[in-house]
Formats: sequence, C-alpha cells, structure tokens
Amino acid sequence: MSTYNLDVYMPIVILIILALAIGLGSLLIGKLLRPSNPNKLKESAYECGEEPVGTAWANFNVRFYVIALIFIIFDVESALMFPVAAVFKQFNQVGAGGTLLVSVLLFISILLAGLVYCWKKGDLDWVKSFNTSTKLKDK
Amino acid sequence: MNSTVASYFAQSKEFQAVVVFFTDLFGFDATSFVSFLLFGAVATIIVGAMATIGGLGTYAERKISADLQMRHGPNRVGPYGLLQFLADGVKMIMKEDITPKAADSFIFLIAPLLCLVGVFATLAVIPYSSGFILSDLNVGIFYLVGMASLVGVGIFLGGYASNSKWAMLGGMRGASQIISYEIPVTLSILAIVLLAGGMSMGTLISSQGGMPHEWNLFHNPFAFIGFFVYFIAALAETNRAPFDLPEAESELVSGYHTEYTGMRFAFFALAEYIEVFVVCAVAVALFLGGYKVPFELGSGQIFIDKIGMDAMIAKNIGNFLEIGSFMTKTLALYYVVIWVRWSLPRLRVDQLMTLCWKYLTPIALFNLVGIAVWMWLFDGASLFTLIFHSTGSAGGH
Repeated sequence: MSTYNLDVYMPIVILIILALAIGLGSLLIGKLLRPSNPNKLKESAYECGEEPVGTAWANFNVRFYVIALIFIIFDVESALMFPVAAVFKQFNQVGAGGTLLVSVLLFISILLAGLVYCWKKGDLDWVKSFNTSTKLKDK
Repeated sequence: MNSTVASYFAQSKEFQAVVVFFTDLFGFDATSFVSFLLFGAVATIIVGAMATIGGLGTYAERKISADLQMRHGPNRVGPYGLLQFLADGVKMIMKEDITPKAADSFIFLIAPLLCLVGVFATLAVIPYSSGFILSDLNVGIFYLVGMASLVGVGIFLGGYASNSKWAMLGGMRGASQIISYEIPVTLSILAIVLLAGGMSMGTLISSQGGMPHEWNLFHNPFAFIGFFVYFIAALAETNRAPFDLPEAESELVSGYHTEYTGMRFAFFALAEYIEVFVVCAVAVALFLGGYKVPFELGSGQIFIDKIGMDAMIAKNIGNFLEIGSFMTKTLALYYVVIWVRWSLPRLRVDQLMTLCWKYLTPIALFNLVGIAVWMWLFDGASLFTLIFHSTGSAGGH
C-alpha cells in the first residue's frame, strides 16, 4: 500500500486510553465501596513489625549502575541493528548481502570485544571477588 | 501491508452501508469515523478478552499448581471454581487502599498504571489472525519490545515510590533483571527479523507456513536455539519463576509490591499475567508459525473452490481457523510457563546475572551471526528445502 498514514497508530491511542480508564475507573469505583480508616501503624512502611528506621532512599550498590551502563550499550546496538536486519533479505536477493553481512559482523565484533572486556574486568560478576586475599594466600 | 481490522471489515457490504448512513447524517465522508468506531469496539473487545485471560490466568495458575501437587485448587465459586477470579476481583475492589505516609504518593499511583498501559499497548500488534490484528505497524515487533519495557519502569517506580526497604530492594532487582534479560530477548527477535526480512507482524508470519517444518523454529539450527534463548529470557523478563527474584517471598517479603494493597496490587498481577500471554503470543508469531493453518485453510480459498461458498463467509471461516490455531499454540505455551513455575526452584541473584550475561547474551549474539551467515550462504532457504533439494537431485542421478 503506497499511502501510509498515521491512522494505523489510532488503535494504540485507544488501547492506552482504555488501560487508563480501566485503571483509574476501578480505583474510583473502589473509592465508593471500600472502607477508609487509616491509622499511624497502617501508614508506616512494613519492616516485619519493627519500627522503620530511616528512609529507603539511600545509597545503592554500584553494580546496578554498571549493569545499567552495559545494558544501554547493548540496547542501542540492537536498536541500530533492527533497520539493517529488516533489509538484509532484500539486499541478499539483489546480491549485496555479502557487503551488508561484513558490516554487520564488524559491528557485532566491536560489541563482542566490549562484552569480553567487561567479562575479563569482572563487571559481569554479581559477587565481586577481590584478588588481594588469594595473593596473600600465595605468599 | 496494513491489514488492520478496519481494512478487513471494509470489504463487507455492511461496513459500506454504515459508512453511507453516517455520510448522509453528517454530510462528510464518514469512513474514518466508522473505522474509528470499529477500532474502539474491537479494542474494547480485545481488552475485555485479555482481562478475562489475565483473570483466568490466575485461576489456571492455581488449578494447574494444584494438579501438579495433587491438590484440588479453587473449586467453590462457579463450576470447577471457574469464577474464582471474579470473586477475587470483587474482593480486591472492596479492600482498603493504603498509601504509606513516607511514600511518593503520585508515583505510587502511576506505577501500577504504567505496567497496565505498557502491557495493554502491546496488544495492538498481536496478530490473532490475518484479518484480526488491531494495527499491523511496519515497525510492529520493535514497537512491542519498546512498549513492553514500560513494565520494567513501572516495577522499578513501584518499588522506589513505596519508600520501604523491601520494596526498594525488589524494585532495584526487578529493574536490573528486566533490563538485563531484555538483551537476549531483543537479540533473538533481531535474528528472526533478519530471517523474515521485515519488522511488521504480517511479514514475520507470512515467511512461515502452517506445517511445523515450515516454521521459523525449524528453519535452521540457530533459530532452533534462538527459540529457547528467547523463551528463557522472556520468562525472566516477565518475572516468572524460576526468575521471580523481584518478588521472592522467602527473602524480600513480596518485593516491589510489598506496600501495595487492593486494586493497585491487582493491576500488577493483571499486568504480569497478560504480559505472559503477550510473551507467548510473540513466541508463537516469531517461531511457531503464528496464525498459519496447515494446507492453506486460513485464506478460505479452498472453501470457495471446492464447495462454492460465498467469498466473505469462506474468509471468515478461514479467520476463525487462524484464531483457533494461534490461540491453541499460545495457550499451550502459557501452560508450559505455569508448568515451569511449579517445577523449578528459584535462582540466586548472582546465578541470574551469570545466566543472562555469560550464557544467554553470547549465545544470542552467536545465533544472530549464525542466521546472518546462513541467510547469505543458502539464500534464505530453510534446512528442509535444502535436504529435499539434495535428496531430490541424488535420486535423479
């Protein structure tokens, strides 16, 4: 079909509106039906019966950050690869598949080198082991 | 290429009659208006059906787990306990809605809604049959991957906004798990996009056939491995056991939804069960032949030729067969997901990350390269055509 208009995105808008309507609607209906008698204990955070100490918004382990960084790189990679993958078959049919394949392999190999580097550095390990202890043992 | 519901129904006489009626009423061309109404109606039907599937999912989960553990499961409400999910829904609405004092109340409210919106928006590109797909976007599968990651944002925000240590730990774990496992999922999908030569659901399915040997699953050995990589990673992305660490009740109370009560908790659960359906549907569409029915029954052409049936009726019958084929495969996978949950023990966090980054991601990259090379070497021919060709020529000699 030659004409490609934005009508095809209409169902998505409708679905999002429906999802919000279901969500907010059932919360509003619930508001009429459900009891509401809050007290201090109910409104405190659950910590197995202990009084909550401090806030949960504290510093966090850096490994989450490292994982997020590696994720960003791979996610951008796959986002860039999608258009190439989509036209690969057509390029192959007109005989230009080899060129595209080489560029794809080059792109992936650079990323693979990055993954191997992270792996060697120990960034993919969840539990970090410290080499100092083994060194001390050797002595 | 945009074989949406509207263009499918636009072939029928009734649609034209309705358009003419509204055109007379308003005095302008009402085709868009009628298709808008149609979209609205069909979207409502799909959302209703999916909410039911999500509800029945909770029922199926309890019933199948009971079956596996030699118990009875829910059997009081309705025949065989089938209406249990409605009773649960009523109970959830009646429950008190508690927002912790320390919580960020606005984000606390929108986090479950984000999960719900992310899952419902992906339903737009699920191909139930060749005519019954809400919108066959040309970026279909890419859009689905993008929208599905909204759920991860919802889970993280839910854990963060609660301002409770258990919820925060669960939310952080959930975020890191979901983004990690998105890589193998996306790479496996990428390999199939490369195989099929397009991102729209129509293209992805039209390259396959109804019989199992025409499926992408058996197209080549890499695609076969790719299916399992996709399925394992998708289980983790939907937080299903054995990867349900964000809500591991033995260590984190209830994970990211510790502080959630009543309906808001129900949204998280509903989103999870519908997401499992979406994940299974994508697996079926990409690897297991989608809605294709064997012997080209899906187009309905055979009914017109052999019996002389009316074209529209034959087409409708074909579409119903396609929906049947699609739903059968999807629900079979749904059963497998539940079966896995009640068979395997939960992983540890470090095992989870090792599995993702040191096994699944390299395997998925290898599959991607393998499929690219295969496409180039054999010009996109599947393993079966290659075998048939070689034996055919060998017999000829």
